[in-house]
Amino acid sequence: MNSFLRIQAIFFKELMQLKRDRMTFGMVIMIPLIQLMLFGFAINTNIRHVPVGLVDQSQSGLSRVLVQTIGATQVVNFTQHYLSIREAQAAISAGEVHAVLVIPNDVSQRLVRHQSVGLGSPPASDEETSRPIAQWLVDSSDTMIASAIKGLRNMPLAELLHKPTNRSPPTFEVTLFYNPEQRTVVNIVPGLVAVILTMTMIMFTSAAIVRERERGNLEMLITTPVRSFELMLGKIIPYVFIGLVQMSIILGLGYVIFSVPVNGSLLQLGAATMLFIAASLVLGLVISTIAKNQLQSMQMTIFVLLPSILLSGFMFPYEGMPLAAQYIAEALPATHFMRLIRGIVLRDVDVFNMRFDLYWLFIFTIAGLTIASLRFKKNLD
Amino acid sequence: MSLTDKPELAIKAQQLSRNFGDLKAIQKLDLEVEKRRIYGFLGPNGCGKTTAIRMLTGLLKPSAGSINVLGLQLPQDAEKLRLKIGYMTQKFSLYDDLTIKENLKFLAKIYGLHGKKQQLRISELLDIYGLDSKANQLAGSMSGGQRQRLALAGAVLHKPELLFLDEPTSAVDPENRREFWEQLFDLCDQGTTILVSTHYMDEAERCHKLAILESGIKRADGSPDELMANMHAHVIEVVSNDIRTLKKHLIALPEIVSAAQLGARLRVLVAKKVSKPIEFLQQLPFSKSIIELAQVRPSLEDVFVTCTGEGRQ
Repeated sequence: MNSFLRIQAIFFKELMQLKRDRMTFGMVIMIPLIQLMLFGFAINTNIRHVPVGLVDQSQSGLSRVLVQTIGATQVVNFTQHYLSIREAQAAISAGEVHAVLVIPNDVSQRLVRHQSVGLGSPPASDEETSRPIAQWLVDSSDTMIASAIKGLRNMPLAELLHKPTNRSPPTFEVTLFYNPEQRTVVNIVPGLVAVILTMTMIMFTSAAIVRERERGNLEMLITTPVRSFELMLGKIIPYVFIGLVQMSIILGLGYVIFSVPVNGSLLQLGAATMLFIAASLVLGLVISTIAKNQLQSMQMTIFVLLPSILLSGFMFPYEGMPLAAQYIAEALPATHFMRLIRGIVLRDVDVFNMRFDLYWLFIFTIAGLTIASLRFKKNLD
Repeated sequence: MSLTDKPELAIKAQQLSRNFGDLKAIQKLDLEVEKRRIYGFLGPNGCGKTTAIRMLTGLLKPSAGSINVLGLQLPQDAEKLRLKIGYMTQKFSLYDDLTIKENLKFLAKIYGLHGKKQQLRISELLDIYGLDSKANQLAGSMSGGQRQRLALAGAVLHKPELLFLDEPTSAVDPENRREFWEQLFDLCDQGTTILVSTHYMDEAERCHKLAILESGIKRADGSPDELMANMHAHVIEVVSNDIRTLKKHLIALPEIVSAAQLGARLRVLVAKKVSKPIEFLQQLPFSKSIIELAQVRPSLEDVFVTCTGEGRQ
């Protein structure tokens, strides 16, 4: 009974302090709102309109038609014309364009001997006929841009020659589930819940105990009968609600603005989110018992936040990372929640089919709470 | 408690020591604090007053020695002690961003007070400490004196038997200080034992008993009167027309403990081994400038100076 009263005392005190701290209170709402708009509209992995240059050595009607055909794919935008290859290379290194198309002066001879003209596939050893018709010079430091241009390598030329397109069946049929239109935002919206919760939840609680220590309140608190776990629990609970509010903002607006529907059960979504919020809050508390001041706690939060964004599968697929990085990612609560929330929101999965991730978050929470309570000693030694 | 009984002790500490690395913050401190008394720790900044209080409240573990507070052994029973003691820290440690009432309500809940009892106790405290009119003001926006009263109200909310006050009046003007001490005597009268640390002489003089601390060592203890009576020096006030030179000559002598100028007079402490201090001063070769001499009643400051002098040399 008294224990409950003490937890309640700390809970209300935190709420009061939060209410008086207008800036923090505003950020609770503004962070998910603004970041959702920003990332929802901004992040796009389908690359289009890459600015490229042109070195047209043939200056023929054919080369002009070729440039128009390439432009029609919308992958690239011809923005610059250069007179020489040397000039073009300088432009690439200056960052004016990401790639340059070089059309040689014998482009028409190359084209008539090209296989797509219909003379059948020539033997690869035949130097004369197996030559490509033009060349791309690409700044390949950004792999995504490079692969977009590499996608143009086998561009069909039939249209250029006013011939019917080759309608031969592809090797594989591909059926796209859950995101048939291939919109990046579909994957971003649920992922953003994981990232923003990681950020705000860890940040709030990592500052929680440190702030009491910095302001001298801790010396008073530890002379009272309040127990460590009561203090920890009382400090965490207000933020659980804040976390749920933030999740609702992101998924709600994701549905209204970006038409990303929540396909799974809301109950399971709530349960998984609560578990993740608990894990993040507890991680924040552990930081809070280690850090000596608010600056240190902020640094440690960023230390956890960056891998949570970059390794959790939010930006880059988990499977593409080397094994060691996968192990690190596996240790982060964000990785597990990223899987869970994408599963529930996009694929309508029954979370019990993703038990491993649930268990992991649960164990993380219990272990963290134990560590935090043990580390927070009620004396000044 | 009959008069023949040994007085009940609230605190008994023996050979208490605490080191921070190489720094010996407290060395072999023996302490006996009687119940229903105000006990003072007098000493300069950094003499170990706060460290001693933190050990006696169970916040710090002693490096050596034993502590018994209200019949509980420390540090083992620290958690049990929490309900019986109140602690007012040197720095204001309630929440600046809560109002007076919210702060008290928070503490009341922490100490298990709820419902009607809580309301009654809070309005009682607001009344005693003159905070009614400011009840809904943020603690951070109050004056030093008001904050001090709030801190005291917070420390006594659960009616502790023993109250620790660490330099409670360091940020308070003399008027508020007097009032504050009146409230301490009221509490003491109601049966609370109070241990207060200070570096103000006038405050120390109000204590029933006090200990003079310097560099972690207890130099003397007893009631202010005892301390003054047992002082190892005579106090002579000298009026002279060349005080600065006289002082310079005097402090060079081994028999002179100290000489401090008070306006036109010089307060000279002459060691007890000199049996006739006035004659001793008059026969000195440079005593020509002396106009008047008188032996006066020692003050606590004189006691403090004689006790702590050796440490400074």
